[in-house]
Amino acid sequence: MEPFNTFEGIVAPLNRVNVDTDQIIPKQFLKRIERTGFGNFLFYDWRFLEDGSENKDFILNKEGYKNASILVSGRNFGSGSSREHAPWALQDFGFKCIIAPSFADIFFNNCFQNGILPITLPEDIVNEIISNSEKDPDYKITVDLHDQRIWDHNEEVVADFQIESFRRNCLINGLDDIGLTLDDEVNITQFETNRSKHGGVL
Amino acid sequence: MTAKTLFEKIWESHLVKEILDQPSILYVDLHLVHEVTSPQAFDGLRMAGRTVRRPDLTIAVADHNTPTWDLKLPITDPIAAQQLNALSENCDEFGITLHDRFSPMQGIVHVIGPEQGHTQPGKIIVCGDSHTSTHGAFGAFAIGIGTSEVEHVLATQTLRQFKPKTMEIRVEGKVDYGVTAKDIVLAIIGKIGTAGATGYAVEYTGEAIKSLSMEGRMTVCNMSIEAGARAGMVAADEKTFEYMKGREYVPSGNDFVDAIEKWKELQTDIGATYDKTIILQGKDIEPHVTWGTNPGMVLPINGKIPNPSDYTDPGDKESVERALEYMDLNPGTPIEEIYINRVFIGSCTNSRIEDLRAAARISKGKKVNSNVYAMIVPGSNAIKRQAEEEGLDVIFTEAGFDWREAGCSMCLGMNPDILQPGERCASTSNRNFEGRQGKGGRTHLVSPEMAAAAAIEGHFVDVRTW
Repeated sequence: MEPFNTFEGIVAPLNRVNVDTDQIIPKQFLKRIERTGFGNFLFYDWRFLEDGSENKDFILNKEGYKNASILVSGRNFGSGSSREHAPWALQDFGFKCIIAPSFADIFFNNCFQNGILPITLPEDIVNEIISNSEKDPDYKITVDLHDQRIWDHNEEVVADFQIESFRRNCLINGLDDIGLTLDDEVNITQFETNRSKHGGVL
Repeated sequence: MTAKTLFEKIWESHLVKEILDQPSILYVDLHLVHEVTSPQAFDGLRMAGRTVRRPDLTIAVADHNTPTWDLKLPITDPIAAQQLNALSENCDEFGITLHDRFSPMQGIVHVIGPEQGHTQPGKIIVCGDSHTSTHGAFGAFAIGIGTSEVEHVLATQTLRQFKPKTMEIRVEGKVDYGVTAKDIVLAIIGKIGTAGATGYAVEYTGEAIKSLSMEGRMTVCNMSIEAGARAGMVAADEKTFEYMKGREYVPSGNDFVDAIEKWKELQTDIGATYDKTIILQGKDIEPHVTWGTNPGMVLPINGKIPNPSDYTDPGDKESVERALEYMDLNPGTPIEEIYINRVFIGSCTNSRIEDLRAAARISKGKKVNSNVYAMIVPGSNAIKRQAEEEGLDVIFTEAGFDWREAGCSMCLGMNPDILQPGERCASTSNRNFEGRQGKGGRTHLVSPEMAAAAAIEGHFVDVRTW
């Protein structure tokens, strides 16, 4: 996994609550067996019209926002299906950071597995960022995971956020969970030695 | 000794390693795998030169993409076929038992786990699928995971998890005749919202829950994720053991007797506390129908479509406006006046034998409305066989339902079973998101009884008085 460095990026505002993973990546694109190439299908039913042409009204099709690397949206972002294709699609499109008042659990976890940073901020700050970026397609934010702080380019919005130290460390150093767990393989083997053939609590 | 909740007992008995400020490493007893969320995980193993640590604790099944038409017909979608082939090849390479689309044991992953006896009290069960919460109905801790975590479990047979908070959802007293497990869980989601249980492991308690059959408990636990919960569970009892007895992978003989003694200890102790408790009264719960584009947008059958102006929160107001536009519904319309043209009875929520019996009771001797195309997709091949032995297929086909092969089918429409734009469906599945059952399709979630009655009348009716 790529280490997560401090960066400045354009913000795309998606001013909706409860954006579910079926919207982030519709089911017809889940049949691919690769991890890459999902960006073309991100928000497919919102981005494209029936005839396959771009929906000019959708935010990510508007000039400026196409190059965004920070997505800001309403509460309960990423609800529904566990499909990791959702963060894959967001990342492939160019997003490195998602900001929302709250996230669904599985999506939140899947982001960290892919080097995407989901930031939870109070609703009023999120709304302010959405409003600023709706007014200015060139609105930029700097994300500093090390100091757990974001600020916009004119420093009108400055906010601190919290990420569990373990997850922060994994992102900053691009660590692979499996590698870390296998460092504790002796514990797994020990557990298996004591485990009955039926498992569970038996 | 400290009083503990059911969840805490399972959690503690599976701790491989607990580290301060880090997710704990938990041992996984059962890993269920399907074709959609696993190919990239197997690729990851190959790239890192890793193997599957416990193929004996891993079961794979083809369910999401499989056509539900005649098995003799080929799969026409080459990309779906490629994904199904990838699952077969991966299972061959790594020595994992696979139930492919031709296996007599095939079915929806969350249906076959309990059916074959893999699902047992006290187990930690994972699957790359959010509806894994279904298995919690047996007093297991069962959670949906992403593909990276699927790879992690394949490689290590463990999962890294931060400990969730605990929530009790207690449904006191009995529910009325005609009110089902589906209505109970829809009422719960309607009350607490689609993020109401985010961050929690939920335990369902109370007379209305304990009165449910195992199938009903599975329906309730299945939709825990629709309230945002990490997991849903019901403590095991005699009904659980009765359901499990004699199933292939359940311990037999004296082992079963001994197992029951251990499983009986998996109750929340008197004096144990949950981080949060929600209480509903069974007598207040009516048959429910969703009207919007998430499962929290739900009303009792006698309700009317809400008006966006009823909402004060701007986010809610906007999402209700969008939902009404997508669903093509007007504020004030009674739910009973919503006319449908499709019916889907199936999915990991409601495709078990009891669900099919319930739908058959409603449909017997009646005819599907001429404006409606209705399909019934059993949850597994075993359920299909059992239903046919009981003659349910004859009741359905005589009434005009299409009787299909097992699979996930139109719950998510990854196979050819989808809604056309503008079609409106009464569905026993779990999600009414935009486009879920087909782009532009409109989904109303209901119980099997309500779906069957809607199929016959062509619009929603109250099964209690119908």
